[in-house]
Amino acid sequence: MELVPLLVLTIIGYLSGSIIERRHFRSIRERESQLIGILTFSAKLPPAEDFDKQSVLVTGNVVISVDYFKHISAALRNLIGGRVVAYETLMDRARREAILRMKTDAKEKGASQIFNVKLETSSISKGGANQIGSVEVFAYGTGLI
Amino acid sequence: MIVSNIEIIPGKRITKHLGMVQGNTVRTKHLGRDIMAGLKNIVGGELVGYTELLNDARQEATDRMIEQAKSIGANAVLNVRFSTSSVSAGAAELFVYGTAVVVD
Repeated sequence: MELVPLLVLTIIGYLSGSIIERRHFRSIRERESQLIGILTFSAKLPPAEDFDKQSVLVTGNVVISVDYFKHISAALRNLIGGRVVAYETLMDRARREAILRMKTDAKEKGASQIFNVKLETSSISKGGANQIGSVEVFAYGTGLI
Repeated sequence: MIVSNIEIIPGKRITKHLGMVQGNTVRTKHLGRDIMAGLKNIVGGELVGYTELLNDARQEATDRMIEQAKSIGANAVLNVRFSTSSVSAGAAELFVYGTAVVVD
């Protein structure tokens, strides 16, 4: 009888999780094409001809939660090994969202190029049994105005 | 106060190095947010409460670093790095550090 609530939660998680994920990816793609004019570089220093510009720190962060279906499918994956697609898409969403928020911040501050972009990932709970499963991605860099 | 995560400030000359400055804060989430996050854990999606919490915490750590830099007479902080560590279950430390300098 333990199985029934588990199954219900998994189905709810699958349905809502996939709707939210699809919507999120759509909005990410839209905003990515809107902000394509803001260039990001992982190079440390801007080229010498940009040395007359002003610099400003730009940041963006996001915390994204897992859904119950992802949780279960990752747990099953853990038994047989291999790619955990459920978590790959989660990380992808989080990173792209954080970068988009950083770009938005840059746009608000009037910067059109971002140098030395760093991405920091941290899991807020370390996957304990009764813990909240979520991931935070923080993106930062130096914007040139 | 100029804050940047590259080692130079384009177009400006560094006249004095003043050493490392840092700022930190340890934050924990409150119960209400935790319950909401627990529900979100079933359906998935962004945890807006946590995003704001961490954003505010990072801002505070940065403010503390800037305060320290000001107190030693710097007008810019370069090579800034952010770091996060979990102190205990449910509490996170946000730490930011950089090099305080004087520029023209």
